[in-house]
Amino acid sequence: MKKVEAIVREERLVAVREALEEKGYYGMTVSHVEGRGRQKGMRLQQRSGQYDIDLLPKVKIEVVVLDEDVTNVVRALASKARTGEIGDGKIFVIPVEDAVRIRTGEWGMDAV
Amino acid sequence: MGVNAADTAWILISSALVMLMTPGVALFYAGMVRRKNAISTTMMSFAALGLVGLLWAVYGYSLSFGEDAGGLIGGLNYVLLNGVGVEASDVYASTVPHLAFLAFQGMFAVITVALISGAVVERIRFGALMTFSVIWLTIVYCPVAHWVWGEGGWLLNIGALDFAGGTVVHICAGFSALALALVLGTRRGYTDGEPMEAHNVPMVILGAGILWFGWFGFNAGSALTSGGLAASAFVATNISAASAALTWMLLSWWDKRPSGLGTATGAVAGLVAITPAAGFVAPIMGIPIGIVVSFVCYYCIRLRVRMGVDESLDVWAVHGMGGVWGALATGIFADPSVGGATGLIYGNAAQVGLQAVGIVVVAVFAFGISYGLARLLGVTMGLRVEGREETIGLDLAQHAERAYGGAVQ
Repeated sequence: MKKVEAIVREERLVAVREALEEKGYYGMTVSHVEGRGRQKGMRLQQRSGQYDIDLLPKVKIEVVVLDEDVTNVVRALASKARTGEIGDGKIFVIPVEDAVRIRTGEWGMDAV
Repeated sequence: MGVNAADTAWILISSALVMLMTPGVALFYAGMVRRKNAISTTMMSFAALGLVGLLWAVYGYSLSFGEDAGGLIGGLNYVLLNGVGVEASDVYASTVPHLAFLAFQGMFAVITVALISGAVVERIRFGALMTFSVIWLTIVYCPVAHWVWGEGGWLLNIGALDFAGGTVVHICAGFSALALALVLGTRRGYTDGEPMEAHNVPMVILGAGILWFGWFGFNAGSALTSGGLAASAFVATNISAASAALTWMLLSWWDKRPSGLGTATGAVAGLVAITPAAGFVAPIMGIPIGIVVSFVCYYCIRLRVRMGVDESLDVWAVHGMGGVWGALATGIFADPSVGGATGLIYGNAAQVGLQAVGIVVVAVFAFGISYGLARLLGVTMGLRVEGREETIGLDLAQHAERAYGGAVQ
């Protein structure tokens, strides 16, 4: 079992969600996060002049899948999240110890 | 002359309009701070409605408009509304009840105190600001209001013009704000370039909109009658606000993009600049007055930032310097057929000199007394919150409230 954690551009969320759904992966957790990478922030306006912010808004998508699905999910995520510009984000794959579906009490692979 | 019903109605409505400006300032300022200081910033303005509203009836009105003492200060004859009744005053606003004039003037005192708070948001102790406000009202606002508007006031006597408070309200608040900010010092992280991002720009714009609405009472109400002069001041006010908002929008567009925060600020700058002039200039002169003020304030903010001064919400740049331009513009554009005073373009260059006297005296007096008072309070009671409180935010640290609560239980 693995958790695929993707930090992507906010505006790519809908496309990523649809691509995962098409491949049959419904479950996901999405959170609004702020972060920075090599993009080095953004320049905004104040009343007179400008200022820089270096933590930019992104969305984090977490999907827990079976080991054999990881490549598939990562490919779908990456292809839909990519624009080719700096700031497209990152994907991490993390081992998951166990899982429980709260409603039924199922453990392990059945719960995913 | 007896009390006139139409004039009375207009002054009472105008008083209510000016009252609404203080919550307007509260929103205007609160949107510009970080979310952790939203209540704190709102309270710094809103509390003035309570504090100054009370003190005005107790003694503030009397010190400003009471029997003249040497052209410098009013006497104590109107303390606790003594002698202020439903009949018109002998000297002020002869067609409205004296009480209506007192109420109208009181709202000006409230907003002037509220304006100053923009300089010191996100780091001043609430109690220290309240203490400053009480003393400041007594030793800065009341004397200056008397000089400029009180019967026998020395600036009134020499012929300096201020229709609705360019010097009394805006120069006075702006230069006092600068002094207070200099004594208080910068916000934590300010000198490291930490962004102090406005947390709610629509709130700023709503605040500016309420200010614009209320300003019709401020300026057109200052005619103290409901006739042609009020209409003239009303139109001048709107033209100046519109011209300045548009100019600021274009300035920001020239720099990058048409800024919402900038356009709202421009509107306020335009309203500030027309304030002393509204009932003295032809309404169409709102165009040059409004256009120029946006340039003045836009670049004064740049200057302030470059000097490393954290006068946080630019009370000095917008109200102080906008007020300076407005007071000078009154001397330049005053049209004798409007308010009876003659300015430079109608051949009276001396009026500009008189305006300059008013500007310099009030700016220096307000700055000097405020600086001294702030230093004194800094030593005796302490002005700043502790470092940790500043990091947590003043909403929690000073008020035990949060503006955007409702987290998961």
